[in-house]
Amino acid sequence: MNPQEIVFYILSSLTILCAAGVIFSRSPINSILFLILTFFCISGHYIMMNAQFLAIVNIIVYAGAIMVLFLFVVMLMNLNSDTEPQKSMVVQVSAVLSGGILLTVIIAAFKTYSIQLTTGHALNGQTDIGLIKNLGVILFKEYALPFEISSVLFLSAMIGAVVIGKKDEVGMSLEEFDKQNVN
Amino acid sequence: MPIQYYLYLSLALFCTGIIGALMRRNAIVILMCIELMLNAVNLLLVAFSNHFNDASAQIFVFFIMVVAAAEVSIGLAIIVLMYRRVHSIDINILNRLKN
Repeated sequence: MNPQEIVFYILSSLTILCAAGVIFSRSPINSILFLILTFFCISGHYIMMNAQFLAIVNIIVYAGAIMVLFLFVVMLMNLNSDTEPQKSMVVQVSAVLSGGILLTVIIAAFKTYSIQLTTGHALNGQTDIGLIKNLGVILFKEYALPFEISSVLFLSAMIGAVVIGKKDEVGMSLEEFDKQNVN
Repeated sequence: MPIQYYLYLSLALFCTGIIGALMRRNAIVILMCIELMLNAVNLLLVAFSNHFNDASAQIFVFFIMVVAAAEVSIGLAIIVLMYRRVHSIDINILNRLKN
């Protein structure tokens, strides 16, 4: 067993444990912290596969921006484990059972009809396609149009979040406007 | 290291996300489980990109992150709106959206 496999096993078990912590912890704050740990572990996997750009982007975007957004929303709502709604035991057990059955079925399918994966090379992190320079060239040469479209998507998401998230002042002001008109 | 290791790891992560989305009633935790599933797919894409020495998959991972960020911002805005209306983020309350 070479050192790379040892690191892989440690990192993988840590990832699975943190992911289990996300779904089994009572308090939403603990779930978010476990999810941040999971993202750091996944970034470790990216670094092992020499995808350095994605590792950094994963930490910055996911663990830095999205998770902080989650954390702010949870703190805004004053949620804790006392107010946490719980499903019944039957539903929880059946959810775990169905997820485990899905995992078993897919693994069995991959084992039985083992896909031809021998054409590529083993993952040893020796390639340099994950570096920022190579990815940037490909992103702005072949994927320039999707890149611009994603900026439009972000703009529409921003406008949508602002419109959805603001208070219902427009409706109330319209009612007040009607009232003033009647009077 | 064989690609099968990453295949099984990302499968396990994906199924963890599915179990969480099925068994929790908190809307925020369900959104987080969706993020977990997206990350499992990202991990598998990067593994195959490394395996076949093709950089396009990593660009797709980048776009998946973009879509996930947009989705989370809209989803959290909807959850905040729901909390302001009914003072709860229990997903079962959304059964009766009318009234």
